[in-house]
Amino acid sequence: MSAAQETLGAAVPRPAREWPRIRLAPWVVSWLQVSPLALILVVLFAMPTLLFLVVSFFDYDRTGIYPAFIFDNYADLLNASTIRVYLSSLKFAFVVWAVTLFLGFNTAYFLVFHVRNRVIRTMLFLACAIPFWTSGIIRTIAWVPFLGRNGAFNQGLMGLGFTDKPLEFLLFSDFSVILTYVHLFTLLMIGPIANSLSKIDPALIEAARDAGASRWRTLVDVIIPLSKTGIALGSLLVFTQVMGDYFVVKTMSGGQSASIVSALSTEIQAMQYPPASANAMVLVVFTAAMVAGMMRIVDVRKELVK
Amino acid sequence: MLKDTGHGRPWTFYALGGLFIAYLIFLYGPMAVIYVLSFQGENGGVTFPMTGFSLVWFEDVFKPGQMANVPDSFNRSMGLAATVSVLTTVIAVAAGLGFRRRFPGSGFVFYLAVASLVMPSLLVGFGIGLGFKVMGLRTNLFTSTLGAQMTWTLPFGLFAMFAVVNRFNRAWEEAATDLGANAWQRLRHVTLPILAPGIIGVAMGAFTLSYDEYARTTLTIGQKNTLPLEIYALISSASSPMLFAIGTLTTAVSFTLIGVTLTLVLRMQRRRTAATLRAG
Repeated sequence: MSAAQETLGAAVPRPAREWPRIRLAPWVVSWLQVSPLALILVVLFAMPTLLFLVVSFFDYDRTGIYPAFIFDNYADLLNASTIRVYLSSLKFAFVVWAVTLFLGFNTAYFLVFHVRNRVIRTMLFLACAIPFWTSGIIRTIAWVPFLGRNGAFNQGLMGLGFTDKPLEFLLFSDFSVILTYVHLFTLLMIGPIANSLSKIDPALIEAARDAGASRWRTLVDVIIPLSKTGIALGSLLVFTQVMGDYFVVKTMSGGQSASIVSALSTEIQAMQYPPASANAMVLVVFTAAMVAGMMRIVDVRKELVK
Repeated sequence: MLKDTGHGRPWTFYALGGLFIAYLIFLYGPMAVIYVLSFQGENGGVTFPMTGFSLVWFEDVFKPGQMANVPDSFNRSMGLAATVSVLTTVIAVAAGLGFRRRFPGSGFVFYLAVASLVMPSLLVGFGIGLGFKVMGLRTNLFTSTLGAQMTWTLPFGLFAMFAVVNRFNRAWEEAATDLGANAWQRLRHVTLPILAPGIIGVAMGAFTLSYDEYARTTLTIGQKNTLPLEIYALISSASSPMLFAIGTLTTAVSFTLIGVTLTLVLRMQRRRTAATLRAG
């Protein structure tokens, strides 16, 4: 910026346009680059969250909500049905997590280590991703004609003679809920794990082999530890998607199971904002605790931001 | 199809290959049902059996109906997704570059992004809708909905950028500086071209997330629906194979888009390889 610098700039011929040189400390540059993102997240995410934290202590009746500091909304949550809904959501989240982790890891492993041609790998990866473009709502209800009594699957089974009457448990059951979740969310596991796996130096794997490690030991001692960031990130996404869902449970369980969020959306529609806020806060704290637990096992930040 | 480099494949190749194929069948099984049922006969319903073959459901998609207006909501969704995609790309790419250094507050921003990503979607919409209500503002497609979707696409874009930036060698930038490039020239001619494939990925990802978004949108939308909301309304009121026709069309358009993008990326890579060879 100074005059001396400008003369220097004029003395040395530079290509293309000449811009005034502003020397900023590196951290200031970083701040300028990150600030739009930080600002948006503070205004549109942190502040609304604080807002419903405040509202969760408010009082309400049929006509409106009133500023107060009461714990009634939380006390009302402590009942058997809330706990049952949480347990049922946790059960779904755990089963879906285990299945998507198995499927996602093996699929990513296959794509990264076994498919050697880059173009074919990209195409196979896209084949996994394309159904993601179709609305999740449509993909969910597509299971109905597939699994129903007269559905494609039952017709196929009966046609092949495996069974003489349609299987009833396929649709509107825990089974169909889990199946739909796995169908919707496995890609969230494949992406981050494939990214981690593709960063592993093949020389490390070769070294393990040369040192006499079996295929299994190489997997357990080398590959899995090196891909734990992807596993953690994928698990995080799948887990929170299941906990936050209400459409799949509503559609695929046939009204037999409830989800945390479906109870909440009923309250929101009835304009009962304080109890809805309390419900939301409990879910937020619960999710945050799970995520923090996962972050303790894997320092995602250290691995991601190098 | 797969290139073999001489020595035989280990058994794990066949086991995992089999699992992969099974996964693809699982993935496309219900999709196939969608594709088939979208050609359902005029009097048929959303389940089997097929009562004939017709294209009426595709025609329905392009007609504004009584229950739902698919063309208008589609246009709104596209407009919103395009806006979200552009904003997310610019902001997330800048932030991704900024995160290459440690700076005061980087931890705070990082965990804010993580929290925003894992927050149950409906709650974000609830919070923003409540905020608008408290401030006496009207929710609207390009204010509250746009904002709600950005709380989901931005952290996604940031995390994708981490993956992209990790593979970037800073020596290239230093070389540019040593050769006399100023900050803008360095960004324009070195950093961005090298990161371009990753940036296209972020843009496409953000577009998809916005186009499909339901849970964050439903409580922040104004009077007029986006396509996913319109589809949801259709499911609860009048299910018809038209829903499946939308799915079939979406897939067809996706394949076309991906084909075009892939061709562009491949051509870009080929040109770059050729340029490197010439230069080297």
